[in-house]
Amino acid sequence: MSSSYEPVIGLEIHVQLRTRTKMFCGCELSFGDPPNVHCCPVCLGLPGALPVVNAAAVDFAVRIGLALGSEIAPRSLFHRKNYFYPDSPKAYQISQYDVPICSGGCLGDVRIHRVHLEEDAAKLVHIGSSGRIHGSDRSVVDFNRCGTPLVEIVTEPDLRSPEQAHEFLTVLRTTLRQLEVSDVNMEEGSLRCDANVSIRPVGSARLGTKTELKNMNSFRFLQRGIRAEIVRQQELVAAGEPVVQETLHFDPVSERLTSLRSKEEAHDYRYFPEPDLVPLLVTPEMRAAAAERVPELPTDRARRFEAELGLRPGTARDLAFRRELSDYFERAVAADAGATPVEVANWIPQLVERIGSAADPAQSRVGPEALATLAALVAAKRVSRDAGREVLTTLVAEGGDPQAIVEREGLGTLSDDDGDGLAALVDSALAADPDAAAKVAQGNMKAIGPLVGYVMRESKGRADGGEVTRLIRERLAEQV
Amino acid sequence: MTELTELGAAAAARAIHAREIDAGELFEAYRERAGADELNAFTWVAEGPPPPTDPAAPLAGVPLAVKDLFCTEGIPSQAGSRILEGYRPPYTATVVENLTGAGVTLLGKTNQDEFAMGSSNENSAFGPVLNPWDRGRVPGGSSGGSAAAVAAGLAPWAIGTDTGGSIRQPASLCGVVGVKPTYGACSRWGMIAFASSLDQAGPLARDVTDAALLLSHMVGHDRRDSTSVALPEPITLPTAEDLTGIRLGVPEELLAGGDDGAGIEPGVRESFEATLALAEGLGATIDTCRLPHAPHALSAYYLIAPAEASANLARYDGVRYGLRVGGEEDLATMYTRTRGEGFGAEVKRRIMLGTYALSSGYYDAYYGQALKVRTKIADDFRAAFARFDFIATPTSPWTAFELGSKADDPLAMYLNDFCTVPMPLAGIPALSIPSGCSDGLPVGFQLAGPAFSENPLLQAAHALERAIGFDGSQVRA
Ligand SMILES: [Zn+2]
Repeated sequence: MSSSYEPVIGLEIHVQLRTRTKMFCGCELSFGDPPNVHCCPVCLGLPGALPVVNAAAVDFAVRIGLALGSEIAPRSLFHRKNYFYPDSPKAYQISQYDVPICSGGCLGDVRIHRVHLEEDAAKLVHIGSSGRIHGSDRSVVDFNRCGTPLVEIVTEPDLRSPEQAHEFLTVLRTTLRQLEVSDVNMEEGSLRCDANVSIRPVGSARLGTKTELKNMNSFRFLQRGIRAEIVRQQELVAAGEPVVQETLHFDPVSERLTSLRSKEEAHDYRYFPEPDLVPLLVTPEMRAAAAERVPELPTDRARRFEAELGLRPGTARDLAFRRELSDYFERAVAADAGATPVEVANWIPQLVERIGSAADPAQSRVGPEALATLAALVAAKRVSRDAGREVLTTLVAEGGDPQAIVEREGLGTLSDDDGDGLAALVDSALAADPDAAAKVAQGNMKAIGPLVGYVMRESKGRADGGEVTRLIRERLAEQV
Repeated sequence: MTELTELGAAAAARAIHAREIDAGELFEAYRERAGADELNAFTWVAEGPPPPTDPAAPLAGVPLAVKDLFCTEGIPSQAGSRILEGYRPPYTATVVENLTGAGVTLLGKTNQDEFAMGSSNENSAFGPVLNPWDRGRVPGGSSGGSAAAVAAGLAPWAIGTDTGGSIRQPASLCGVVGVKPTYGACSRWGMIAFASSLDQAGPLARDVTDAALLLSHMVGHDRRDSTSVALPEPITLPTAEDLTGIRLGVPEELLAGGDDGAGIEPGVRESFEATLALAEGLGATIDTCRLPHAPHALSAYYLIAPAEASANLARYDGVRYGLRVGGEEDLATMYTRTRGEGFGAEVKRRIMLGTYALSSGYYDAYYGQALKVRTKIADDFRAAFARFDFIATPTSPWTAFELGSKADDPLAMYLNDFCTVPMPLAGIPALSIPSGCSDGLPVGFQLAGPAFSENPLLQAAHALERAIGFDGSQVRA
């Protein structure tokens, strides 16, 4: 692999909007219903049927545009995108072309090129051994999905790694969930992602020939597909062969990329303005109504966590990009139990580790106040970090009050004034390892490790490491 | 012709309300005539008495002939095409629903050029319609069946659609009244589309009053058609007997008849000039006016309409309804065979024209350019209407021509629409009334007005109609 080349990645994301009805007719959206029960003359493309724009879908698109900081076009146009395929009953898709509803904007560091409204296609089911159109006995069409409102979100080619693409999608998904415009579920197909991938010499401003990876149906496959394509292109370039502009399909089982030769091929869609619809107007009132439904979004929240709560950028993003974590975190901070926000934040990954990375902490037995109290106890050194972790494990299992658990389990910190507690343990540590003690006494601080370890072990983690170090040095100083 | 069917539609409606005639008998009388149709004007005729209508409804019990391309629930609606063989829509067009809601009864579906593409009604999967004035001649198109049925008294009135002249031109060739309303006045919901930005439904009737009455129950905003609009005022029945203060503009560009040697037939010109003289006598002032871009209307039309049609007709693929040829082989073969056998030659020609005009690399030169011309034409009309109330032209440059005489020359056929195409491009209303005969064949006189000028247009046409005194009763016998 040549490290002198860098990947350039742009994403095209299709998001099904969670409106009650379809984009251009009154049929209800559905998932998992028997085939062809949600259709009408419009979404079946019957002769004489006409589309009517779903106002809710427009509202959702404006919401998305506002959230991404896009420019909202007061007047945008629908076009017909012509292609023959049985999943397209009119043989054209109503989409937006040169005047989309939203232009520009960004999400995090990634610039958004445009966001436009369109309709989803029907679902083809190929009956027969192959499961694909080639080699199937016959194909049937389910029109339930046909006409579902979609937004297509197109990024600028600002992504530089598969991991960054994955992170972008994660924050986009959180954003869209918070906007309440979509289920954004990749497995159910409510979020679909294509990636444009090219490579170029590091430092070059010119874009290389790009390939398009189609319809990767999970975040993981997307990341793996992009990685595989980068490797493929780097190998081509290394071998002195050109990258050919084409559309590729990533097979997650074989990890292989295959060229698609079907309707996805370079195509003249003969776009022209949809004469059955009038221009789409977004009035200031519509804009204001949509703005009211735009809550604080992950990237803004991360910025606030950094600026106002002093969190490190990584921590801020980790929390803010998952709404349930950031909500929980903010409630814990609001409990004002005596720990700083940074101290509270440090306990969230511990909690997530114990309840499972997909779980919502609000649904666990650990209330945000309890976590805040625990953080405060540790911060005040009344419970050691290790003992605190034990308390958290108990909290996750049983719930309850951290203070009470500390008292019940005797997990409070041992301190020097704790009678024969900590001081006695330090003394026995020095006695048990006189070599180490001597080295430390001579100023070799590296040797202090085993002594501290002894005390921690003997105290079953109740001792505070910093305090133990201080005491050891104090005792040895006394001995000199 | 029985006395019953000699009644005009408005008169019949009045007589039914006054219980002077029986709606059932009236329907039966027309059903018999339509059933015995020798003009091939109908593609379907009601098999029995219609469902009962509310006797208080304004048009209660007046039978109506409906162009095939209007979807009628459970009743064949093929738009004159083989590709919709056996298609019975699950829903009814708004315009038809409005009219049945007003009490009309559905007498039959009328023949037309396939997907409304044609000016002679020779492009129909059901075969050509014959002109009742001379059965060796065409009735015009595309609403040829509707025009012939009304002219021959097979129906008291009918509805058609006009994209580039498809109501006005057959009305002219058959000696009846035809109105193309302002774009959006009638909902297009349920009208099988030819060119969406131009298609507009309208009435064909024996006289202006009937046309106004029918139109008054067709129009209205429909939330199922985003391009439909509410008229600023309801359509009223015209009563005008003179044209005092009316300024008529006669566009030199259209009177020249085009530079393709099409020219306006002397007989048509004569009738047109005689009508202008009558108008002057009724108090109108007449002057020439300029529509500088009108001569380019035909070219723009034959890019825009086919472009839209190429997309509108792409859905006929054999997958869901209508004709399917093959299907055992691969998909592309099924598409090709279905469309190859389902569409007629003219439809294929226009699909190819339209596809070409929209192709990448050609879009700007063809479709894009045509849209610019369209805007210029609308501007021309706006400028003209600052000086004139209406524009007057002959409806068609010719009277009805012989069957087959232009069938092999599409360009000559397209010139039929020379005077009717500019108005739909500008979205403005226009109508055609019979202005007399030339060599025993009717001639049409066209009036066009600014958007939403239907009422004043109908008033002017009414006054002219009274002065002209055209009698079409001979072909209804
Ligand atoms: Zn539907």
